[in-house]
Amino acid sequence: MGAQVQVSGLRIVAGARDAEQTIVQDLSFAIAPGEVLALIGESGSGKTTTALAMMGYARSGCRIAGGSVRIGETEVLALDAAGQRALRGRRVAYIAQSAAASFNPSRTIMDQVVEPALIHGTSTRPEAEAKAAALFRELALPDPDTIGARYPHQVSGGQLQRLMAAMALITDPELVILDEPTTALDVTTQIEVLRAFRRVVRERRTTAVYVSHDLAVVAQMADHILVLRDGQMRELGATAQILAAPSHDYTQCLLAAARPKVREAGVPGTAAAETPLLEVRQLSAGYGPRDKQGQPKVLILEDINLKLYRGQAIGVIGESGSGKTTLARAIAGLIAPAHGEMLFDGQPLPPTLERRSKEELRRVQIVFQMADTALNPSQTIERILARPLQFYRGLSGEALQRRIRELLDLVKLPAAVAGRLPGGLSGGQKQRVNLARALAAEPELILCDEVTSALDTVVGAAVLDLIAELRRELGLSYLFISHDLHTVRSVCDEIVVMQHGRKLAQVARADYERGPHHPYYELLARSVPELRQGWLDEQAAAA
Amino acid sequence: MQGSASFTTSPRRRLAMPWPGLVGLAILLLWLLVVAFGPALLSQDGADMGNADVFAPMGAQHWLGTDYLGRDMLARVIQGARYTVGIALLATLLASSIGTLLALLAAASAPWVDALLSRSIDTMTSIPSKMLALIMVAAFGSTLPMLIPTAALIYVPGAFRIARSLAVNINAMDYVTVARTRGEGRLYIMLHEILPNIINPMLADLGLRFVYVVLLLASLSFLGLGVQPPDADWGSLVRENIGALANGSAAIVAPALAIASLTIAVNLLIDNLPGRAARGDH
Repeated sequence: MGAQVQVSGLRIVAGARDAEQTIVQDLSFAIAPGEVLALIGESGSGKTTTALAMMGYARSGCRIAGGSVRIGETEVLALDAAGQRALRGRRVAYIAQSAAASFNPSRTIMDQVVEPALIHGTSTRPEAEAKAAALFRELALPDPDTIGARYPHQVSGGQLQRLMAAMALITDPELVILDEPTTALDVTTQIEVLRAFRRVVRERRTTAVYVSHDLAVVAQMADHILVLRDGQMRELGATAQILAAPSHDYTQCLLAAARPKVREAGVPGTAAAETPLLEVRQLSAGYGPRDKQGQPKVLILEDINLKLYRGQAIGVIGESGSGKTTLARAIAGLIAPAHGEMLFDGQPLPPTLERRSKEELRRVQIVFQMADTALNPSQTIERILARPLQFYRGLSGEALQRRIRELLDLVKLPAAVAGRLPGGLSGGQKQRVNLARALAAEPELILCDEVTSALDTVVGAAVLDLIAELRRELGLSYLFISHDLHTVRSVCDEIVVMQHGRKLAQVARADYERGPHHPYYELLARSVPELRQGWLDEQAAAA
Repeated sequence: MQGSASFTTSPRRRLAMPWPGLVGLAILLLWLLVVAFGPALLSQDGADMGNADVFAPMGAQHWLGTDYLGRDMLARVIQGARYTVGIALLATLLASSIGTLLALLAAASAPWVDALLSRSIDTMTSIPSKMLALIMVAAFGSTLPMLIPTAALIYVPGAFRIARSLAVNINAMDYVTVARTRGEGRLYIMLHEILPNIINPMLADLGLRFVYVVLLLASLSFLGLGVQPPDADWGSLVRENIGALANGSAAIVAPALAIASLTIAVNLLIDNLPGRAARGDH
């Protein structure tokens, strides 16, 4: 049974004492016993900082400057170090985003799951192990009696996340903090983990704080939602009220960005007679040394066929390890195909970068997922954009400057950012620069590899709008790689579904809602959380 | 825009250096000034034996006393600074730039080039540095133009290893991949995409390496293999005046202190170099 949690006037600051920045400002809320409160907001909104403060913990560089956190009868912020140690892991438990990073790879799972119980002396080892096995069963883990003997690398990511939940629940905590526990998982795995989490939280009537940026996930888990932005509370209400009638502008913004939306991009020229812009025929690719038949040791892609017409956007969707990124890399010439060929505008495209001409390279540009690593941190935005212009078109002087301004304008960035280093831009701005650099080459095809995955919902939606708009205005073609079906459906005319390196199905926009499709596509479509309460229960009932 | 917030905080941090760093910087600047202007300001010539006593104590005439031939010790130390600091600086710059360039080449090239370079440099690392120096001096004699490449050669592997491990990480970044898909040449990727992102740690490494080179040269000179008489760097000054060790004369303490102060100063400066921690997260 969970405890009543009362937070009032919580203030957290960062930085040296003379130059403090407030990260969380005067936050007050209460959670009734057995209820789940969701903290939602974009990165930097202070949601994780708030969640950690409920254990009396501030990350290094941060300091809890004021307020009170009461769990049951205990004032957490008034505890001394020994008192906090007795609280953490015993009465308040924390489930982190990346279970893979939270487990010690060199100890067995059981050793680590029972550790909190042994540290706090709540039970003996045999008792704790019996309890752990019961929890494993409750969390729907396979082989609950023997899974504890395995090492973390011997179970899947989704299983590890549930094992971490078992670790947190072994001491019967009064409050559980779940910090983006499913963000790093594939959709089909996420749904299982969510189901397991919800069942244990419901059955044990544990009080929980669920931190997430994903409204659709939160809608399934939470009784109340607290919307945070810049460390301030924007809105607090029951889940149904927030979803149906948000009162704050920012909440409305979040909801609008989270709702699937179709971004039309004119009529692509798909006349049957036209040569496709890109044609991939029986492509196979992989890594490692090749055997006698020319097959690489690890085959990632097998027998991929794809036709992309000028002006078209094709989405490639699949879970991690499905080979979708390898497909983009093969088309970009970064890995040589083992078999098959690629035709660009009817002409064969040489397999490796070295053998492609400058002109062939110019016509296909790739945009990467992580804008942080895709922009050289030591070059100004101006230099980053200038290079392809100089390289492909030999521009200089005033013409170069004018084109840079045009490009910045095209991706809706102020001209003033030209002089900045990438470190001085926000994530969304960086991704726009990333796009602008690809546009500078005036390509015909842009390969987008998970371009919005690292962005917040609202920012990501704006980038998708921009991508659709560029396609309308410049007649670009896209190969759009993503793990997120919503994203792909909103910008693409056709969806290619991949699994285990093979193309399973190709679905045209007109048929998105009409079945029947390949069962795997159906599974993917079903697994994307919908922005309404009760969705998870329906899925559970259907399954 | 939003980004300006992070800009306003950084200049403050860049200027602030803890006091040990400032002390190191001050001592280093002092020695550099001595190297540049010291000999011109001297009233006494370090080669002049005069009629002073051998191992005279410190006094108004000879601020640091005299050496085993009665020469003014202050003049000897100041003239020795040119050799010690000058040779060490040139050798370090040479070692670091060769090491860094080879590392960039290894990182940006095909795997077999990397393997070839790395393994041959590993081979060099396995030869003890002083042995290598002895062999070089035995083979080519101990002249100034020989000492510099010898010291440089000995410290190339260290610089290479550090630069390569940094460069390999940068090489895996998406922006390097983007440059590659743009069709950029190897030299552009080495010099424009990778080098600017490893230059900061390499500068820190340069300082540390400088200290090692100073110590290597001093020990070579102490063994009589370094700078040859009548010229003397600080290492040879210690050796020349070893006879005064028993009575603790300034003639042996002064050059030893000079070596110590230079190496400690550079270490202090490097350890407190501003912006290192701040840059680490980019």
